[in-house]
Amino acid sequence: MAVHTQRFARLCNATALSMGMPRLRQAYTPHPVVDQSAAHLRGYIEGNDAISGRPFMQEVLDGLTVPLEDADLQGLSFERTTPRLIEPDTEDTLQRLFEENRWTDMLPIVLPTEARVAAMLRGTSHPPDTIVGRLRPTVFREAWEFTVEKVAVNAVMAGARPEYFPVILALAASGVTARSSSTTSFAAIPVINGPIRDELAMNSGIGVMGPYNHANATIGRAYGLLSQNLQGGSVPNESYMGSQGNWYAYTAVIPEAEERSPWQPLHVQKGFKPADSVASIFFGGWYTHAGYGPRATWQEKLRHALAAVEQYSPPLFVMDPIAARGFVDLGFDTKEKLIAWCADNARLTAREYWDNQAIQLLRPKAVAGVEPYASRLKADPDEVITIYEPSEINIVVAGGETQGAWKMISGALRATVSIDAWR
Amino acid sequence: MTQRITVHDPRGYPPKVVGKRLSPRLSSLDGKTVYLVDCLFDNSAVFMDQLQQWFGEHLPAVDARIIRPKETWADDPEMRAAIVADGDAAILGIGL
Repeated sequence: MAVHTQRFARLCNATALSMGMPRLRQAYTPHPVVDQSAAHLRGYIEGNDAISGRPFMQEVLDGLTVPLEDADLQGLSFERTTPRLIEPDTEDTLQRLFEENRWTDMLPIVLPTEARVAAMLRGTSHPPDTIVGRLRPTVFREAWEFTVEKVAVNAVMAGARPEYFPVILALAASGVTARSSSTTSFAAIPVINGPIRDELAMNSGIGVMGPYNHANATIGRAYGLLSQNLQGGSVPNESYMGSQGNWYAYTAVIPEAEERSPWQPLHVQKGFKPADSVASIFFGGWYTHAGYGPRATWQEKLRHALAAVEQYSPPLFVMDPIAARGFVDLGFDTKEKLIAWCADNARLTAREYWDNQAIQLLRPKAVAGVEPYASRLKADPDEVITIYEPSEINIVVAGGETQGAWKMISGALRATVSIDAWR
Repeated sequence: MTQRITVHDPRGYPPKVVGKRLSPRLSSLDGKTVYLVDCLFDNSAVFMDQLQQWFGEHLPAVDARIIRPKETWADDPEMRAAIVADGDAAILGIGL
């Protein structure tokens, strides 16, 4: 049987149902377990189950010893379907239905009429019934499958235009959800490279990360909507547990300013040709640091920023071309050289590094001898250690050159996918 | 009269749910081995230590053993095999 904290009760029941075991024996302590003393946790064990109100250990012992009933032995098998079309109704009623069913991001959507979806489908050569992929909120949940037509429905809802559709299909096919259920409130941030940026008139210049370009805004929004709807939902307490949520989840797309960058574009760094159109999906969005320069004290400023990151989520450096050229002037004539400097200067004491909920998840690897975690675990608590490998840090160039600005955004590269494959 | 329109359903296709029968329960825990599976979330080790102590104090006839998978978020077939080979029951926990 399984024991959880009470905040996960609805999620646990929904997961048990989808696994065909709705009567799985589960017991619940109060929340949280993290940061609580041994004595406090002993109180949970000796107290009452936070859901049933019965003694917690009685729930546990009963779960292991009370004889099963017929329903327990059968499990529960059933088919679920989602219809292609919804019963006709007025626009106002349908808008409300979509919102009440949590099929939106709580902003008004463009209703996916048959005509609008048909128009979106003309944005790709792939037939509507082609299976695009599967998505799920997290690794232990069931994955839902979807077709080109289902992606088109969500693209319409986001307000995207048919010419954007190959980008949206590529994001859907990546297998990376933009609606992770993690308590840590991840967002997915795609970086777009290649000719598609110009074809769609995407903005890699002034206001690149703001609400100033139709393609940027609606492609990012479509990625979020398709993730929540095609994976079977992103519902608080059931399939979304992000404690604080994430603004980047509304829409976040960064086309790289390749033509104004002094460096190799991201997709070429990852093995694609310059003429390929590619989406690289960064998973993070936890923190955003900002700065300007590089000025005389740039090393100190970057070291401060790198020491202040949430160390489980490596930095994606988004650098205005002015700032990028400034680093070139300092001798960083490739991204790789600046990444190597960052990796060497991203440092914490071992004590600070390991005193982190998410980093604790890496401890088993360290104990098993997997590097670099093993060395970090062996280090004296006051020893200063490096916290990232160069392969974990990425740089993209974007911005309008009104300021030599940079942003350091939490983002681990999860996938790099072809957009051309979905034209 | 307000016009009625037809729109698409935006949801994907869920997989079929296949029922799984629960394993038989034990008639008693006396003399049995119960594995306490530490799922490796932060502080779950402390919880499992306390749970093991509780068994030692209240049900000393139960052999409560803590076991851990090799990695967080990854199935560990060797750990499961060890539980099947030596254990009579398992308690999994606990996250956050």
